[in-house]
Amino acid sequence: MAAGPAPPPGRPRAQMPHLRKMERVVVSMQDPDQGVKMRSQRLLVTVIPHAVTGGDVVQWLTQKFCISEEEARHLGAVLVQHGYIYPLRDPRSLVLRPDETPYRFQTPYFWTSTLWPAAELDYAIYLAKKNIRKQGTLVDYEKECYDRLHTKINHAWDLVLMQAREQLRAAKQRRKGDRLVIACQEQTYWLVNRPPPGAPSVLEQSPGRGSCAASRVHMTKRADFYKQEIEYCRRALGRTRVKSSVCLEAYLSFCGQRGPHDPLVSGCLPSNPWISDDDAYWVMNAPTVVAPTKLRVERWGFSFRELLEDPVGRAHFMDFLGKEFSGENLSFWEACEELRYGAQAQVPTLVDAVYQQFLAPGAARWVNIDSRTMERTLEGLRQPHRYILDDAQLHIYMLMKKDSYPRFLKSDMYKGLLAEAGIPLETKKRVFPFSRRPRHSSPSPALLPTPVEPTAAGGPGGGDGVA
Amino acid sequence: MCDQTFLANVFGSCDKCFKQRALRPVFKKSQQLSYCSTCAEIMATEALHENETLASLKSEAESLKGKLEEERAKLHDVELHQVAERVEALGQFVMKTRRTLKGHGNKVLCMDWCKDKRRIVSSSQDGKVIVWDSFTTNKEHAVTMPCTWVMACAYAPSGCAIACGGLDNKCSVYPLTFDKNENMAAKKKSVAMHTNYLSACSFTNSDMQILTASGDGTCALWDVESGQLLQSFHGHGADVLCLDLAPSETGNTFVSGGCDKKAMVWDMRSGQCVQAFETHESDINSVRYYPSGDAFASGSDDATCRLYDLRADREVAIYSKESIIFGASSVDFSLSGRLLFAGYNDYTINVWDVLKGSRVSILFGHENRVSTLRVSPDGTAFCSGSWDHTLRVWA
Repeated sequence: MAAGPAPPPGRPRAQMPHLRKMERVVVSMQDPDQGVKMRSQRLLVTVIPHAVTGGDVVQWLTQKFCISEEEARHLGAVLVQHGYIYPLRDPRSLVLRPDETPYRFQTPYFWTSTLWPAAELDYAIYLAKKNIRKQGTLVDYEKECYDRLHTKINHAWDLVLMQAREQLRAAKQRRKGDRLVIACQEQTYWLVNRPPPGAPSVLEQSPGRGSCAASRVHMTKRADFYKQEIEYCRRALGRTRVKSSVCLEAYLSFCGQRGPHDPLVSGCLPSNPWISDDDAYWVMNAPTVVAPTKLRVERWGFSFRELLEDPVGRAHFMDFLGKEFSGENLSFWEACEELRYGAQAQVPTLVDAVYQQFLAPGAARWVNIDSRTMERTLEGLRQPHRYILDDAQLHIYMLMKKDSYPRFLKSDMYKGLLAEAGIPLETKKRVFPFSRRPRHSSPSPALLPTPVEPTAAGGPGGGDGVA
Repeated sequence: MCDQTFLANVFGSCDKCFKQRALRPVFKKSQQLSYCSTCAEIMATEALHENETLASLKSEAESLKGKLEEERAKLHDVELHQVAERVEALGQFVMKTRRTLKGHGNKVLCMDWCKDKRRIVSSSQDGKVIVWDSFTTNKEHAVTMPCTWVMACAYAPSGCAIACGGLDNKCSVYPLTFDKNENMAAKKKSVAMHTNYLSACSFTNSDMQILTASGDGTCALWDVESGQLLQSFHGHGADVLCLDLAPSETGNTFVSGGCDKKAMVWDMRSGQCVQAFETHESDINSVRYYPSGDAFASGSDDATCRLYDLRADREVAIYSKESIIFGASSVDFSLSGRLLFAGYNDYTINVWDVLKGSRVSILFGHENRVSTLRVSPDGTAFCSGSWDHTLRVWA
């Protein structure tokens, strides 16, 4: 597919900050004291000054940024791809060879950000020059472009040819070395701005970003935009903030607690399926498994949210509440979740169902909410919307979190689950490491039958143990 | 003979006060009117007042923002890397590409994991949206959208549907079907309608609601069944490029980032912006919440990733290196929040130690810019999609 829409003219540096940074790097590479070692390069019979070798470029980058050689080679390659450094010997391929291959720094005139976007007229003149100078040196795609441009700007073709001849004539008056260098510079510029088909265009942008500049200007000029900002600032000034030290300590304890549970940090038992090709880990940790692993049961103790998010944990908690005769709390909470995330059309029905089951005086599973919240909720039920039960839901959630949940963690039930839960054994390393285990496919969740009626006591989203 | 120019006076009724006076031509919003001199003077002062108002509003906003920064700075008593000094350093990380998914004919723009931890949906520039079982690398479904540049795609929590959109300014939901007789495109539901391209979309806790972000500068919450707009979020000054839902207990907020360099936290119920952060120097391409929900990370074209704490209400860490020049296009946390994976426009993926602020590892492999990156739901791997037409799963 062809490249996206042409980038808008003007302010390329602002829209592509990486160009400015690359330019800074390239400028510091040319510093006489701290930069890359410059030497004169002999090419056939001419001597080109201020050349550098690929190897020196890589070494300089390694030292300057304290990075590995692999990264330095990558960074160097990127600089060459963008045309900031060009090869002298094989000017067609913008590749960095980390050896004695000679390179030179592109003149700022031809920098991607200076002469941008590339003009069609200039490209036509460039191709015309190539065509005139040596008949038939235009490569296939260049020939196509040349013909296309000829049709497109036919009216200006005389100008194109004239300019081409003028430039060639002026070039003849220069020294051979300069001529060679300028030809290389120009060629690099056009390789970057009009890449051959198949080569990635480094200047390609996502569509729509071009509109940023315009819309930004448009939106900031309006008075209500500022009014909104002022209102936001006033509100923000009044908010309570927490000291940094407290917040940052929280990260430490969170990361420390979760570290052993993070497969990418601490590995996972029996093995990481992606590495061993064995899906045992997923089988053992399926959403509704009979015997949850020890790590999983431990996680239920980290926070109430963790417990509720795990279908197995939630089921055990429901059992526990049942023993304490407060199971209706969790059911009520689940019903409220269903309302909040349910379809808009279902709202009145669901609200009514919840009211009948949990809130009406004498309801079968009446929940104990404080009178003020109950009053507010009942008042709001006259005009039901999806957030009408938020207050009541929060009240019950907090009740469970502060009261039932801590008791659950101290209960024999939980302690028993923790003791029963096993730690899987690490998969034995394969004897023949090069033979691949067959990768088992699993049934797509889209194949599982969806439940017919979403009950108030159903799981999240009305599904049941979705794989 | 003396040279004298006479001013030709036109008499008539003024367009504003309708009195019979000498009239002057006056231009209001490129429309020519005739005002008497008194009304012309009044109009001139009004215009001046309007400009003054705009300028004074702007300066008021600036000064309030300054005060806000001062307030935020007052409670900043320590830096993250100082606190993290006593944390053990991470060992050497060897992460490799474990799966390469080839099949897209053009740039991969977005991907999302299914809750089953192995399936993914990915979308590309040529309009194709593919659902893969990335463990076996089999393609399971493919849809061709009627538009190009499908910049957003999402997997429904139930695993039964996908949502996608892009240059068509819409977000469409496709129920996934294995019925060979059914054309997936036939059951497509058009849910969201924006006035510019769709940059990001995400289901909330169920299959029935979608949150979208668009190039028209707004985010919106939609009911999938009816396509009804439930809430819209205005406040960004330019295109919104990304969003992420908060993993909080009360599940009410989300964060968005845009071309105006701002990251804004919204209350889904009221549509109000609750918090805003403006420290990046360029477009914010990606935002992702820290697993605890107390913070979020952002990746931007200014080649940095930053961590913002919601309780401290400020930026608390910057992840950057002098050798990293290209913008970060997408970020995600590992399960414990200790690692931050960021895909960059220079084809690499950098892995950061969130607490210490240092780079742990750099991953090569993609041959064009990394456009999207997500950690799998159980944290066993992460997947990156790139403009080189492939997706890679790393572990």
